[in-house]
Amino acid sequence: MMGKLNWDAIPFAQPIPMAASLIVTLFVFGVLGLATWKGWWPYLWREWLTSVDHKRIGVMYILLGLLMLLRGFIDAIMMRTQQAVAAGGAQGYLPPEHYDQIFSAHGTIMIFFVAMPFVVGLMNFVVPLQLGVRDVAFPVLNAISLWLTASGALLINMSLVIGNFARTGWLGFPPLSELQFSPDVGVDYYLWSLQISGIGTLLAGINMVTTILKLRAPGMEYMRMPVFCWTALCSNMLIVAAFPVLTATFGMLLLDRYAGMHFFTNDGGGNAMLYFNLIWVWGHPEVYILILPAFGVFSEVIATFSGKPLFGYRSMVLATLAICVLSFTVWLHHFFTMGAGADVNAVFGILSMIIAVPTGVKVFNWLFTLYRGRVRYEVPVLWAIGFMVTFVIGGLTGVLLAVPPADFVLHNSVFLVAHFHNVIIGGVIFGAFAGYNYWFPKAFGFALDRRLGAVSFWCWLIGFYLAFMPLYYLGLLGMTRRIQHYSELSWQPYLIVAEAGALIILCGIAATIAQLVVSIRTRERRRDVSGDPWDGRTLEWSTTSPPPAYNYAVLPQVESLDAFWAMKQRGPRLPAEHYETIEVPRNSANGFVTALIAVITGFALIWRIEWLAIIGLVCAALTLITFGWIERHEDHVSGEQLASAERARLRPPGSA
Amino acid sequence: MNASPATAPLAGPQSHSASLSYSGGGPASRRIVVGYGFWIFLLSDIIMFSALFATYAVLSGQTAGGPAGHDLFELRHVGAETLCLLFSSYSCGLGALALERRRMSAFYINFALTFVLGAAFLGLELGEFAGLTARGAGPSRSAFLSAFFSLVGLHGAHVTAGLLWLCFMVAQVAARGPRDFVRRRLLCFSLFWHALDIIWVALLTLVYLMGAR
Repeated sequence: MMGKLNWDAIPFAQPIPMAASLIVTLFVFGVLGLATWKGWWPYLWREWLTSVDHKRIGVMYILLGLLMLLRGFIDAIMMRTQQAVAAGGAQGYLPPEHYDQIFSAHGTIMIFFVAMPFVVGLMNFVVPLQLGVRDVAFPVLNAISLWLTASGALLINMSLVIGNFARTGWLGFPPLSELQFSPDVGVDYYLWSLQISGIGTLLAGINMVTTILKLRAPGMEYMRMPVFCWTALCSNMLIVAAFPVLTATFGMLLLDRYAGMHFFTNDGGGNAMLYFNLIWVWGHPEVYILILPAFGVFSEVIATFSGKPLFGYRSMVLATLAICVLSFTVWLHHFFTMGAGADVNAVFGILSMIIAVPTGVKVFNWLFTLYRGRVRYEVPVLWAIGFMVTFVIGGLTGVLLAVPPADFVLHNSVFLVAHFHNVIIGGVIFGAFAGYNYWFPKAFGFALDRRLGAVSFWCWLIGFYLAFMPLYYLGLLGMTRRIQHYSELSWQPYLIVAEAGALIILCGIAATIAQLVVSIRTRERRRDVSGDPWDGRTLEWSTTSPPPAYNYAVLPQVESLDAFWAMKQRGPRLPAEHYETIEVPRNSANGFVTALIAVITGFALIWRIEWLAIIGLVCAALTLITFGWIERHEDHVSGEQLASAERARLRPPGSA
Repeated sequence: MNASPATAPLAGPQSHSASLSYSGGGPASRRIVVGYGFWIFLLSDIIMFSALFATYAVLSGQTAGGPAGHDLFELRHVGAETLCLLFSSYSCGLGALALERRRMSAFYINFALTFVLGAAFLGLELGEFAGLTARGAGPSRSAFLSAFFSLVGLHGAHVTAGLLWLCFMVAQVAARGPRDFVRRRLLCFSLFWHALDIIWVALLTLVYLMGAR
């Protein structure tokens, strides 16, 4: 009746998982209870849960990313603590099978539910504003994408309370992830939550590519698009080209597990290395999906706060496109040790080094933009400069790993762990926080606290170096990744330093939370009434903060690169004489309902509850048919409403 | 949305040509946006198939002592499937054109024909699958058969979804008439149905024609 589900699924006998379950359960029910008690549901439903506004959806993506950052970071600090103590005779406090779940969950959550929602959210919020249009190409689909991502995040966190998570690492490599060696539901939690959120990401990518290529303000030619839009375009093209491979690969592993097939099994002619190849054909572009939008953020931030146009705009665009293409040609460097032979490894090694060239072009462009600029050291600039130093170090160790003979020595050591944290924290996370501080006033109409923002940055920067520089050294000494215990006592001091670094990062996260709380409480003092708090260059700063639902009363006419800067040079902006009625998309419960069904169906599939899975799939089909049948109507904003809003905003000079 | 791509008064020339081909002319029309977005979805779908094609290429020799392609494939049967699917695309195209010209009976006849041909294709495919499984050559027999059933089955699943979508579209045309949003959806459906042909041609070549030798 209930498939594999029974009371043993809840970890009553294990204190640490039980405590984690209780915290998660209390948190979720606490939030739900608070919303009910305060009577927030009608507001939440109307303004957020059913919203199809790209700005709201972007904000919700980022909120999801921040929440999941807490979850992923708790995993991180648990691992650091275990490794700081479990030397020699001491076994630490985490048993191996629990430690294995933690490192798998940490990687999975940090990539799929922290980094992805954060960058997708930034792109969702910013790109239509920068393009000078009113929404993305498919607003309802956008909501569905968000809610599918949230469904995946919910499922993966349910594994804390009910059942367990994969013990296979964040990519679920077979044959370990096959039913024979992982018979419980951990790998199924991993696969279904990522399948569901992966479909959401793919739909978001299709939506964003269509938006950038087909919906732009009049005059917004390709070579007038802000660099962030270019990086978003390349990132989303990579999503469209890479995520279907992930879906297919996970689909095959699911068929192995559920239907007894032999894609990646040891017997029946299966080939586990096929999985490695397929997953990295997705996985390598994935890191560029994450880093390209971060590059875009830094380009915007550095140009704005240097008060100069970006140096080498064309080379920046070309470098972005070059990275976009090259990212599909280097996947094999993740497993040089497969034994493909010296010739194959040499080709992939050289290609991996070549991809550093366009990245280097970008770094020089940023440096030359700063050069002789009047740099204002606001919080986003701190993150940008911290990124430039840190990311270059990470890039250099990456080039080192691209040398196959060196890789044979360093493969699966903590040197590799240090390398990818160096580029993902120093690149993606720093970029996410730069963008968060930069666009926050646009999203909410008040700026974040500067001092706490700086505290957060310095804690992250110092904490990062303390946490990961020792791992480079330990990796050279031969310490392998994913070990729950080690007998080499001389490693312990370095791992204690790494633990201290993680604690300093914890302070940085606390400062981020404090920054948000303090800024909300003192928001009246921080109001941005101009809509342009940073003296910006691109169109998003030409509308109010926060922008109205329709973004622009009239679509701006773009004449050049840095369109808003050019407008400001031409003198004060005046309201138009006449405004036409515009349409804005109406709210839709489609995304939320889809997510609910996805969670139920995913849960039923994980626990092999056949009847519930069938009901879920039938409901999914009915949802598609119902929402497809209804003709969507749009709301209208009349010309008079627009005119009064715009006149209040753009008073002609001299009229008080 | 974006119903009024009027230009802002603050910035230079008021007149700009709203030609569709020039990207500087502001947001494209709804029909173009929908068709374009659906094309990109189809590209992503084709990439998903390409992962399965690559898998099939790697695993097609891994029969684990079981039957290989040339023991199993009957080209006559596959030829009948191919004819059904290709002709269903032809009738689908005729039906879509008929709707654009508001010739409703031609639309219904052609879409009924499309459904019958698609269902026949699906029936033939299911018959082949049932026959193979009955002979002990089911999907869990060997890596080759896992790859074969998944690749061909994924295409079959797409055809099934397409048939359901076709019924939905006919019902919507009947209930709502050839309104703009209905015609946009029919455009997407036609693209989908033709894309299934493209995939089938690759599948026929790589799986059946090369495997039957």
